[in-house]
Amino acid sequence: MPAESTSAASHMTDLDYRGRSWYVDRAVAALVFVGGISAVVFILGIFVFIAGGGLGFLFGGFEPGEFFGSLAWRPTSNNPTYGALALIAGTASVTGLAMLVSVPFSLGAAIFIAEFATGRTREALKVLVELLAAIPSVVWGFIGLSIMNPLIIETFNVPVGLGVLNSGIILGLMAAPIMTTIAEDALKAVPDTYREAAEAMGATKWQIIWKVVLPAGKNGLMAAVLLGVGRGFGETMAVLMASGHAVNIPTSVFDSVSALTATIAAELGETPVGSQHYEALFTLGILLFVVTFIINLTADLVVRGVRTK
Amino acid sequence: MFEATALSERNRRIQGLIKTLFGLMTVLLALPVLIILGLLIYNGAPAISLEFLFSDPASQGSAGGIFPAIVGTIWLVAVALIASVPVGVAAAIYLSEYAPDNWLTRLINLAIINLAGVPSIVHALFGVGAFVIFAGFGRSILAASLTLAIMTLPVVIVATRESLQAVPQSFREACWNMGATRWQTIRKVVLPNSISGILTGIILEVSRTAGETAPIMFTGAAAFLPFLPQGVLDPTMAMSYHLFYISTAAVGVPDEMRFGTALVLISMVLAMNAVSIGFRVYLRGKKKW
Repeated sequence: MPAESTSAASHMTDLDYRGRSWYVDRAVAALVFVGGISAVVFILGIFVFIAGGGLGFLFGGFEPGEFFGSLAWRPTSNNPTYGALALIAGTASVTGLAMLVSVPFSLGAAIFIAEFATGRTREALKVLVELLAAIPSVVWGFIGLSIMNPLIIETFNVPVGLGVLNSGIILGLMAAPIMTTIAEDALKAVPDTYREAAEAMGATKWQIIWKVVLPAGKNGLMAAVLLGVGRGFGETMAVLMASGHAVNIPTSVFDSVSALTATIAAELGETPVGSQHYEALFTLGILLFVVTFIINLTADLVVRGVRTK
Repeated sequence: MFEATALSERNRRIQGLIKTLFGLMTVLLALPVLIILGLLIYNGAPAISLEFLFSDPASQGSAGGIFPAIVGTIWLVAVALIASVPVGVAAAIYLSEYAPDNWLTRLINLAIINLAGVPSIVHALFGVGAFVIFAGFGRSILAASLTLAIMTLPVVIVATRESLQAVPQSFREACWNMGATRWQTIRKVVLPNSISGILTGIILEVSRTAGETAPIMFTGAAAFLPFLPQGVLDPTMAMSYHLFYISTAAVGVPDEMRFGTALVLISMVLAMNAVSIGFRVYLRGKKKW
């Protein structure tokens, strides 16, 4: 007993004492560090494998003029051509319509939830928005295929209901919850003192929102829209199922299109590993990766701009 | 003195109008969930029976049940969780408890944002290149689950980090002042006070993982495989891919079966979400600080 207490006392005075708990502490610190950098490792790994898969095509067969300028995506013909312009146009038209549909509604809903709704209404609306975000993309695609398709055919009297309109609406509904949630966070982050100051000056609720809250939360709202665009741009299953999958530049909202994501999903299964077609699909993957990276980076920088202000 | 003037009366009416307008927009946005659920239940409920849930599919998916798809989804989710939860929780502990405010931490945060933002089909390409071909797992549960794990890692990290950071700093300081090491503090004080929040995040990840289709369609999901997987190196049917298959490729599938499959899938996913939301509300009511 006395021996133990002296040794304990010596631990107290010896600041360099390293017991078991010290080593455990160090080991855990190293372990969680590995976990921490894993995200970086994975994103690098994704880039390396996508780029590696597309490399063979990028340095043989890839012509920027054809890739970005030609409509002829004919990977399986005897004389294959890889013009991705129609796919880019397909993605752009669908995402564009989706944003047209969902940006006003999402921002409107965010304003309502953040500024008008209170108590239970607010909670219920937030839960509904969250559930909207939870619906899997394949179910959205199924809805496009089996509910929207006949609806569009009947309403507008067109032969096919799968196209820009169908997938644009579906994509708009899919992107809306993200935009609403982030926009609402941005509005909530505007300090209440701003609102109180404006109210004290006799401003009406609408004047407060329009002249004070929206300008103050501008960056967050922009980030919300950007992330919505990123969501629409990268969505795969819903677009694959609701866009009709036809490679052409749309001239009306009823035209069928094919998106970059959907093309990979539709063709990868029937492509021999390592063939030029396979590598071309990975090259589309590089394009998707780079564009979403830029969108996310920009959104992050825009939000960071708010914080440092 | 405080009589309503014509101007304030007009203002009040405009305010009411604006509020109604925004409320209407919100309702229009939230309504589709209810409409979709309603339509799926209306069209799909007749197909649901114990036999549908617990029997094998037949005739290339146009008859029979969905049992192997349900079991396959459980396999995929379980293996994905085993892979991603330890890594995700470790990453969140690092970011919340250890990470200094430097370039590396910013880089990690950027990587997490991008991991969540990269299109699911790009994750699928990565899964094919890294797990199916490079690691040699072939089209298997393992390859598909690892792809899903990396894709949903941000969900765990973000939810866990949030609940760790919700533990007041004074709790940690009190523990350090008693002479505890960082890890002892985390294990005895921080984790016990945030475990329910972490669980909420994991449940959310389950729901995300169960619904994903694109990442598994080339890495391990099979269209028609009317028996149960025996191990992680087998391919498997899955609910999400099964719905895709019977609504696009398979011929002669009765509409009722398609809606029934969609209904089962969305019920699995939304039930998980409901549990997660309910859990969160319950926790907020119980919070000690």
